[in-house]
Amino acid sequence: MQVQQVAVFLENKSGRLAEISHCLAEGGVNIRALSLADTADFGILRLVADNTDKARTILKENGFTVGVTEVVAVAAEDRPGGLDKILQVVSKASLNVEYMYAFTQKSGESGLLLFRFDNQEQAIAAFTGAGIRILSGEEVHSM
Amino acid sequence: MIWNEQAETMPREELVKVQLSRLQSQVERVYATVPYYRQKMDDAGVAPGDIKSLQDIRRLPFTTKEDLRKNYPFGLFTVPLERVVRIHASSGTTGQPTVVGYTRRDIKMWAEMMARSLAAAGVTRKDVVHNAYGYGLFTGGLGAHYGAEEMGCAVIPISGGNSKRQITIMKDFGSTVLLATPSYTLNLADTMADMGVDPSELKLRVGIFGAEPWSEQMRQEIEKRLQIKAIDIYGLSEVLGPGVAVECIEEQKGLHIMEDHFLPEIVDRDTFEPLPVGEKGELVFTTLTKEAFPVIRYRTKDICQLIPDVCTCGRTFYRMPKVTGRTDDMLIIRGVNVFPSQIEEILMKVEGVEPHYQIVVEREGNLDSIEVQVEVSEDVFSDEVKILEKLAATIRTNIKDLLGISSRIKLVEPKTIQRSEGKAQRVIDKRKI
Repeated sequence: MQVQQVAVFLENKSGRLAEISHCLAEGGVNIRALSLADTADFGILRLVADNTDKARTILKENGFTVGVTEVVAVAAEDRPGGLDKILQVVSKASLNVEYMYAFTQKSGESGLLLFRFDNQEQAIAAFTGAGIRILSGEEVHSM
Repeated sequence: MIWNEQAETMPREELVKVQLSRLQSQVERVYATVPYYRQKMDDAGVAPGDIKSLQDIRRLPFTTKEDLRKNYPFGLFTVPLERVVRIHASSGTTGQPTVVGYTRRDIKMWAEMMARSLAAAGVTRKDVVHNAYGYGLFTGGLGAHYGAEEMGCAVIPISGGNSKRQITIMKDFGSTVLLATPSYTLNLADTMADMGVDPSELKLRVGIFGAEPWSEQMRQEIEKRLQIKAIDIYGLSEVLGPGVAVECIEEQKGLHIMEDHFLPEIVDRDTFEPLPVGEKGELVFTTLTKEAFPVIRYRTKDICQLIPDVCTCGRTFYRMPKVTGRTDDMLIIRGVNVFPSQIEEILMKVEGVEPHYQIVVEREGNLDSIEVQVEVSEDVFSDEVKILEKLAATIRTNIKDLLGISSRIKLVEPKTIQRSEGKAQRVIDKRKI
């Protein structure tokens, strides 16, 4: 039920992000989604790739600190209120969101929300209970 | 003014005679009373009777901080505790604190060394001495205090901290002489500016500063901002405390070593062979008159040289330039001794952090700042910002708790800290001292 995400530690130095994209491009890895969290001193790049293992290996070989975590991918209707419907579930179930990011699929039919909760299992149960579609890893990686 | 004209202006031939006879009796005394010293001398194949000239000192074994630690707390005292009237100790941040003791006569001698130092700085009994060195186990406060009393000054034992009150007291009590660390002095200057106090409203005319390395540039700044003369003083608790050497106000160029009580040597920093006068190496001291806690060839780890010319002030004692370097990797940050190994231990205790780190020291304005760069390994990496921030905060807190200094923790990518072939370059000291 969960999607594998690659997270990379980044110092706030110019050019670092481009080095990551360059390594992945050379290795033929396609990026499905990404987000960058930044603080004054460092950043964390989170990305979902078509091939998690390959992305991880390439980045590690290039000296980056890499971690793989699982996120929950939820489909949101691509219209006003689409996001709200999902966040109401999150709120009612008192789920604690560590972070989230979103992107819209090519088809334009639905948006995709990627969540990291402190309790992922509980979150999956809450979404399922509310009839919200959760995408499998395979679906997201091969989009 | 010269406090003890007879001693401080003694011709060198005479001084050498005084030094030799004091050295001989000191060596005899430690051999007879301290089993540890006796063993070391026996192992080195030297007996007190072998010391026939000052050059024979090189036959004696060195004493290091390690020896002091091994004999914690009183193992190197030459007298029973009933004859000891004062005990001081280092803060012990690097492990076992080093403990030193003084007999009544030692305290009297120390007071004289400080009175000589004050006199060299142009202080007289009419002065009001504002003593902002810390009182307590640290030798600075009480050491300076007794010297100023010996001279007959009115002493304000204010100790460190509470800067606003310090300035109010300076104004109200008419302090004329300030004793403090140079970095705290600049702090006081800042506080004055904040309070809108113009230094010309004060009666301060001279300051005697020590306990940490400071530069000529810092001297100029202190002199300009406080409108005083700034005099450098040197000392270390293992040898005495403040008053081992001091600058004269006439020249402000090199510190006169109280050679009739402390015999200086400069040794090669690698081979430890004695070097000719004038060459640069590690400064080594033998105390010639101390009773409770004498040291024989104590390695200070300070890099220094001896200046043999007779000074225009009339003192015949050798001078030493300002100490700005160390043979070990000890850093003095805002008056606190810091060894990279201590930071390393803290990092190792923070679970999972492999201690690949670097310490960057800078002087921002007047204050030293320390940044610890820590490489983020996969074991500690998290995709959540708050977890990494907490890691940095924990390291920072542990450094503050153990060393008492504030630092900045910078998490960096693996392999970004330069690897060296031999000994790791742990410290980048960008301060211009």
